[in-house]
Amino acid sequence: MLVAFSAVSALALITAFIFRAGLPIMMKVGLGDFIFSNEWRPTDASPSFGIFPMIMGSLAVTAGAMVIGVSLGLACAIVLTQFCHPRAVSVLKPAIELLAGIPSVVFGFIGVVILVPLIRQYLGGWGLSVLAASLVLGIMMLPTVTSITVDALQAVPRSYGDGSIALGATKWQTTHMVLLKAAGSGIMAAVILGMGRAIGETMAVIMVIGNWLDVPHSILDPARTLTSNIALEMGYSAGEHRQALFATGVVLFVIIMAVNTAALAFSRHHLRKAGMR
Amino acid sequence: MDKTSPAPIGPPGQIDDPRPTQPPKISVRGFSASFDGQSVLRNVDLDIYPAQRLAIIGPAGSGKTVLLRSLNRLNDLEPTFSKMGEIVLDGQDIYDQRQDVPSLRRRVGMVYAVPVPLPWSIYDNLVYGLKLAGIRGRRRLNEAVESSLRSVVLWDEVKDRLKEPAMNLSGGQQQRLCLARVLALEPEVLLLDEPCSGLDPISTAKIEEALAELKSKYAIVLVTNNTKQAARASDRTAFFLMGELIECNTTSQIFTSPRHNRTSAYITGHFG
Repeated sequence: MLVAFSAVSALALITAFIFRAGLPIMMKVGLGDFIFSNEWRPTDASPSFGIFPMIMGSLAVTAGAMVIGVSLGLACAIVLTQFCHPRAVSVLKPAIELLAGIPSVVFGFIGVVILVPLIRQYLGGWGLSVLAASLVLGIMMLPTVTSITVDALQAVPRSYGDGSIALGATKWQTTHMVLLKAAGSGIMAAVILGMGRAIGETMAVIMVIGNWLDVPHSILDPARTLTSNIALEMGYSAGEHRQALFATGVVLFVIIMAVNTAALAFSRHHLRKAGMR
Repeated sequence: MDKTSPAPIGPPGQIDDPRPTQPPKISVRGFSASFDGQSVLRNVDLDIYPAQRLAIIGPAGSGKTVLLRSLNRLNDLEPTFSKMGEIVLDGQDIYDQRQDVPSLRRRVGMVYAVPVPLPWSIYDNLVYGLKLAGIRGRRRLNEAVESSLRSVVLWDEVKDRLKEPAMNLSGGQQQRLCLARVLALEPEVLLLDEPCSGLDPISTAKIEEALAELKSKYAIVLVTNNTKQAARASDRTAFFLMGELIECNTTSQIFTSPRHNRTSAYITGHFG
């Protein structure tokens, strides 16, 4: 009880602190300008604080990472649960989960050394790009998405699959029409957690995204995310600049809350519709 | 014995069996099955005739369910399953490599012991198999839903709430729904694995009533642990013990003058 309470109060304190530190500058600049202005010149004599490019950067990278991470993760989970020998699963699943233990700097490093030159050579542009960040984040999401989806699929009563097979469904039809639906809420949880990882990840992104202060127009453009903005500038910021970084944190916080709430609401609705609760 | 019978010499245990005039729908020939090398069925010969209800009885572990699940190749899902012998449906071995297994399972429908509606609405449960079979068209589906629900005497109970989750139905209703969703596929053979094991007497009576009406259209195989149910709700009865077919005969013969003393011991409740 005490422990649970201290965890919650830590959350409350963090929330209160970021909002207290970040809100004044947002009020001063104006919420609309802060969010929708393209100008981020925090150290000028007459500074301007617009984080629109970073918001777009974060959204673009997250969306890209989701496309890669969720599709690969789902595919992995389906193969592991439906088409693999149980003995193979007992080796493969821990191996995939081990990916989660690799420090993000290492992912970033591999991204810079291998991925970025490849993109530069074959697709053009700088190489440091939204695409590179999406690929790195997508792979970093894999263990989360895969292992939670595997758990969700294994939690589906065996009888659903048997019932579907007995009605003349192929294994594949059973998987995508029955099992994925029945495991929907678990898969949703996997996607939300994966997305949380993608939005919040900082280090690996800083290393491969180029940290350019413009709205990206293609996946080969460099960009900057909300998290990397905070991490890159916090060291030398002071005064209003520092406040603006906290305000960036506020925006990040609100986006994550909104995404999680929406996803949760969606999965509840989905559950009710299926009549499982 | 019927002179027009196509198979003059029946397998052991079936010699006294008064043969129906029609040829068997399914012939199980020298069928043995094992899981992980452990033999569960040994050299079974059994005929299943159209428009008849065959009850399979026997104590737990006698291989009843394994035989049933072999008839539409559900055992294929177990990686450790292996078999010998053949099961012939309308003159074709269902274990032949060219056999399209999903379509076999549509022709030979299965109802499990525990009713498992899929986690959707009543309507979606019923049309799922049809959609898999490539049948579209709302009117066609609606007709199939109504007629299959009527044939299991469920239509009047659920006609106003077809869009509700099937999980909200009572156990007996769920089992009739599971039967209906198999019937919607218009199968030729109906396999029932202890379909009443979890049901109250009234629901059981409703299922048996439905089976009696359905028997004119299907070959029905009913696995049951309840010998009284076999006596009431079948035309022929096969008794299994330890993976072997001991005796198969008309239900009245089995229950009045069984040829093997192990059969009589079982049906009078002396063991099993």
